[in-house]
Amino acid sequence: MDTFSLAGSLTGIRRFCKAALLICAPALLAACGSSERATDVAAEEGVLMIGIGSEPKTIDPGLATGTPESRVLYALMEGLIGQDPKDDLVNQPGVAERWESNEDFTVWTFHLRENAKWSNGDPLTAEDFAYAWKRTLTPELGAEFAEMLFVIKNAEPYQKGEITDWSQVGVKVLDPYTLQVTLEGPTPHFLGMTKHYTYFPVDAKVVEANGGAADRQSRWSTAENFVGNGPFVIKRWAISEVMETVKNPNYWDAANVKLNGVNFYPVENISAEETMFRGGRLHITYEVPSSKLPILKTKFKDELQIDKYLGSYFYRVNTTKPPFDDPRVRKAFAMAIDKQLLVDKVTQGGQQPATGYVPPGISGYEASTAVPYDVEAARRLLAEAGYPDGKGFPTREILINTSENHRRVAEAIQAMWKKNLNVEVGIYNQEWKVYLNSQINLDYDVSRSGWIADYVYPSAFLNIFTTGGGNNNTGWGNPQYDRLIDASRTAQTEEERMGLMHDAEEILLNELPIIPIYWYTRVYLKDPRVKGWYPKLLDRHPYKYIYFDNSGTAAADEVNGEGA
Amino acid sequence: MLRFIATRLLQGVLVLLAIYAVTFFLVAATPGSPFSSERAISPEILAQIESFYGYDKPVTERFVTSITNVLHGEFGPSAVYANRTVTQIIGASFPVSAKLGLFALAVALGIGIPVGILAAVRQNSWLDYLPMSISMGGICLPTFVMGPLLVLIFGLILEWLPVAGWFGWEYTILPSLTLGLYYAAYFARLTRGGMLEMLNQDWVRTARAKGVPERTIIWKHCLKGGLIPAITFLGPALAGIISGSFVVETIFQIPGLGQWFVKGALNRDDFLILGCTVLFAALIVVMNLIVDIVQVALNPRLKYE
Repeated sequence: MDTFSLAGSLTGIRRFCKAALLICAPALLAACGSSERATDVAAEEGVLMIGIGSEPKTIDPGLATGTPESRVLYALMEGLIGQDPKDDLVNQPGVAERWESNEDFTVWTFHLRENAKWSNGDPLTAEDFAYAWKRTLTPELGAEFAEMLFVIKNAEPYQKGEITDWSQVGVKVLDPYTLQVTLEGPTPHFLGMTKHYTYFPVDAKVVEANGGAADRQSRWSTAENFVGNGPFVIKRWAISEVMETVKNPNYWDAANVKLNGVNFYPVENISAEETMFRGGRLHITYEVPSSKLPILKTKFKDELQIDKYLGSYFYRVNTTKPPFDDPRVRKAFAMAIDKQLLVDKVTQGGQQPATGYVPPGISGYEASTAVPYDVEAARRLLAEAGYPDGKGFPTREILINTSENHRRVAEAIQAMWKKNLNVEVGIYNQEWKVYLNSQINLDYDVSRSGWIADYVYPSAFLNIFTTGGGNNNTGWGNPQYDRLIDASRTAQTEEERMGLMHDAEEILLNELPIIPIYWYTRVYLKDPRVKGWYPKLLDRHPYKYIYFDNSGTAAADEVNGEGA
Repeated sequence: MLRFIATRLLQGVLVLLAIYAVTFFLVAATPGSPFSSERAISPEILAQIESFYGYDKPVTERFVTSITNVLHGEFGPSAVYANRTVTQIIGASFPVSAKLGLFALAVALGIGIPVGILAAVRQNSWLDYLPMSISMGGICLPTFVMGPLLVLIFGLILEWLPVAGWFGWEYTILPSLTLGLYYAAYFARLTRGGMLEMLNQDWVRTARAKGVPERTIIWKHCLKGGLIPAITFLGPALAGIISGSFVVETIFQIPGLGQWFVKGALNRDDFLILGCTVLFAALIVVMNLIVDIVQVALNPRLKYE
């Protein structure tokens, strides 16, 4: 086509382009001009921007069950005992000013401070705790974590509807500021348990006004109605976008709260979260993509945090199906994994190779070394079980829930079992809920698993493997193990309790219904300006101690800027 | 025309009912429950929760209850997000998705059609070859590659635009481009084809011979016919933009309905899945109807039937 004849016709298009440019250019320039990062502004204003992994399913402490929920709840509420910023075993005053127990740790008395208030100004009394716990134990409510309260005398029969008289449950309000709790047995770590959100109070008036104790869908915990007693209150909650909180003027210790607010971002996509951190939209991430760890370790040395975490990564073994019904086979498989190599080359997040089940870090309890990496012993055990050099071993499979990280671990272990034991093992993945189903129904050979503690005590791990326990899921049971766990619940001294639990763990590690792999770490990115945030075994960080050090802002910017 | 619309709407309602029923029974047959978690809850507590939401009833009875509720305009509670109803979740997140979809459509049409016209008018010049090669690339790049690529260039290297989130107008640019460019590429190629067909007609040559200005030929005589292929593609493109928002919302961390749909499916949050499915299906039905009406209006060879 001749171009000269088109000259005129193109003016229309040209005009359009010009107009488009005129509209777009200033917009683009404006975008370029706003080089100030949201995190810088927030740091100046004393507002922490933190990733919480996903949208909180609820902020009702009686119904909450997950980590994203807990991250928000520890800002909005406070229990009897306060969190210590550095150590999960240290108890800070919370709503209770002081507390004491009888000699065998079965009766605890909490003296509540009289200046504790709800965020709406209502006084906070012992009744609110009793009401909250009674509500969580109300059968019709169906609170998932009701079991957390079963250490309290008669809490379990009350929850199961076997008794209906609340006065028989070991919770007594002696006066508005004194709460007495009677337990099923001696529980020295009870104070630690009360730091969990399931033990948090609720404002009885507000809950009653919004449908009452038994209403799972109660509207009391919506952004508009929520009443808390923590250092921060909700300002705005835009679903799956952000929850903005500001300092709570009614908090008893408001004078010592350093931040002016905390903004919680439910970022589910961990790659997006990492780009948000680099793009100045987050001070602290929830996680990091493990495939990026090698880069982050060199480019973001000051930001990358690797904290010890009270969790254990292991494989469940289905002990009801041959050949894994033979403990020697299980032991051979467990000892044929080079866990050091695995954490160094595959997971790379500073995890510790697990030579036992209960992770280290619990005072008074040594982590076990019963399951070392020992190829010779492993091969010998496998031969004894009837499979010399892996001959005749049937093909078995590792079940994982769909995740790139779990697959990489499984592939490494598959290769180690091939090399060390000469057995072929397959890998198959299932979507999360299907995987949970298979695990509960023992529809697997070997299944990827993990367990994170709710409180710093070995029982948080060991309790789940009692015979027929709801989280056992291996088909394994040992009467001696059950007896030891039971005995530890009523033992009189700390030494005796720890000893009994240690013996129980040795039984578990001798029969190995699980194959320990590594002890968890929390790996995330943190802006170096954020101070007062320390590594913690349970990853619970009380926000009231956190503050910004803005003196080194320029240096921090340089480090952030070099990314890409 | 009114009769055409009424018939199509009636068909649409039947389609939606069928989709609802199929989705309901598929979800019911899927293994896993909204209440299962790595930390098993005791059978007693599980039974209490299930009875609260009516999961203890037979599936047919649940279906009847559920469809009655929907016909009354209530999708029910979310089984996972304890104090939210499905209607609330959709109400909060649908406007976000709608905004993203409209912007993406604006990108697709605003870039695709002018580029297509220009390429047709300047056929076989660099104004034709360059945009058409780029658009071929655009068609070949899936959004989950295009998204991170744009983030890398404009967000992390040039630092011109924010990389993720939904906190202001500048946050809409990259997601809209990611979602829209793919369709812009399609529209460009379709418009070019349609325009070329028109420009090569005998009557165009006659018009030129008579000295009609080229501007008039293109804008007045050829544009309407030349856009028909692009308009035909509008229906599939709208459906694609709606479903494409699943991926884009995840990449850019946008609090839209697409994310909730995915979350609902992963959590086995039955009512949420059903609500989202019905809404998306209704959107596609309505969009297709509108596209059909526009098509007939533009193309004299088609009639309402």
